Amino acid sequence: MIGGFGTAGMPSELIDALIEQGAKNLTVVNNNAGNGDTGLAALLKTRRVRKIVCSYPRQADSWVFDGLYKEGQIELELVPQGNLACRIEAAGAGLGAIFTPTGYGTLLAQGKETRAIEGKNYVLELPIKADFALIKADRADRWGNLIYRKAARNFGPIMARAAACTIVQVREVVPLGALDPESIVTPGIFVRRVVRVAASERAAA
Amino acid sequence: MNRLNRDQLAARVAADIPEGAYVNLGIGAPTLVANYLPKDREIFLHSENGLLGMGPAPGAGEEDPDLINAGKQPVTLLRGGCYFHHGDSFAMMRGGHLDICVLGAFQVSAAGDLANWHTGAPDAIPAVGGAMDLAIGAKRVLVMMDHVTKSGEPKIVPLCTYPLTAVTCVARIYTDLAVIDVTARGLAVVQMVEGLLFEQLQRMTGAPLARICGGG
Repeated sequence: MIGGFGTAGMPSELIDALIEQGAKNLTVVNNNAGNGDTGLAALLKTRRVRKIVCSYPRQADSWVFDGLYKEGQIELELVPQGNLACRIEAAGAGLGAIFTPTGYGTLLAQGKETRAIEGKNYVLELPIKADFALIKADRADRWGNLIYRKAARNFGPIMARAAACTIVQVREVVPLGALDPESIVTPGIFVRRVVRVAASERAAA
Repeated sequence: MNRLNRDQLAARVAADIPEGAYVNLGIGAPTLVANYLPKDREIFLHSENGLLGMGPAPGAGEEDPDLINAGKQPVTLLRGGCYFHHGDSFAMMRGGHLDICVLGAFQVSAAGDLANWHTGAPDAIPAVGGAMDLAIGAKRVLVMMDHVTKSGEPKIVPLCTYPLTAVTCVARIYTDLAVIDVTARGLAVVQMVEGLLFEQLQRMTGAPLARICGGG
């Protein structure tokens, strides 16, 4: 799982580290399928991603994915954005499946179990969990508590809960007590590792 | 007859959005509606990537890559606005908390089925985003589109031939020619542009229309 909506909240340095680390045959869950030639697009370019699960692969600058898809080099599981979110949430919450109204009667629900509940139609969808989640937050403390920045929050909090090992890149690591407990968005129990990537290092990268 | 241009159509939609409404404007032409919301009404714009109380585009040099809308363009947050994660954002849609969404469309059927995400062409890369969630989630789904395709084919059809976004979800259709309600008894014309005859409108529409407005 890789956080971000487009490039907002995309953990680009963690993705670069994953490219360097060399893991192959990956399944990636992200809202999109990469922008330009950096971040997720750079990972796709290495041809180490077997399958991508996303809601909106096609964008003006998604040429890396477009090329791989047309060559048949990558499998696509297209998921409506809200189903992507609630399937990830279901995994983090330990649910076995969910019934969602989104997609009922469409191509994306073909072959799936449906049920009418109180007169409304739903589709059975399974949780999406991951071995690793790579996400980006703004600040963390030593216990892994996180706060995010603006709309870069997007998938971070729900992906953090849905992976066996959540790795977070943050702009700043602060001492315990420096984050207002009322404002912590992701409690540290969902976070395994924190890596500081200062803004200046990002600019230089 | 006086066909509405894109901006006039956006203004026509905006005029129907009431005080206090929570509204999501889809990517593309619906985004223009924001420019025409009546200034004397407090209307809350939702953006599916995690904003409520979304404001206009920032001034030059004030763009923030962490503050974007669903179309990934830079925006601002109004005073009182807030940020949230995708679980909350789609609970706002799916849970029926949004009053209105405005979407573009390839086709709308007589029963209010919507097709707006995929042409079904074999070489097209499909992308759906939040369209299906909005279509089933918002209390009132408004469609804005051209009345006919570039080649003159009706976009209001007996049954959609493009893949569906959702079934029986559309409440009202705004086109460059007319405003049409989807009702249990079929399509009802609420308004037509000046100089258009009802019979002309019917010929450009693929499903039977009932007339509930004056004029024409």
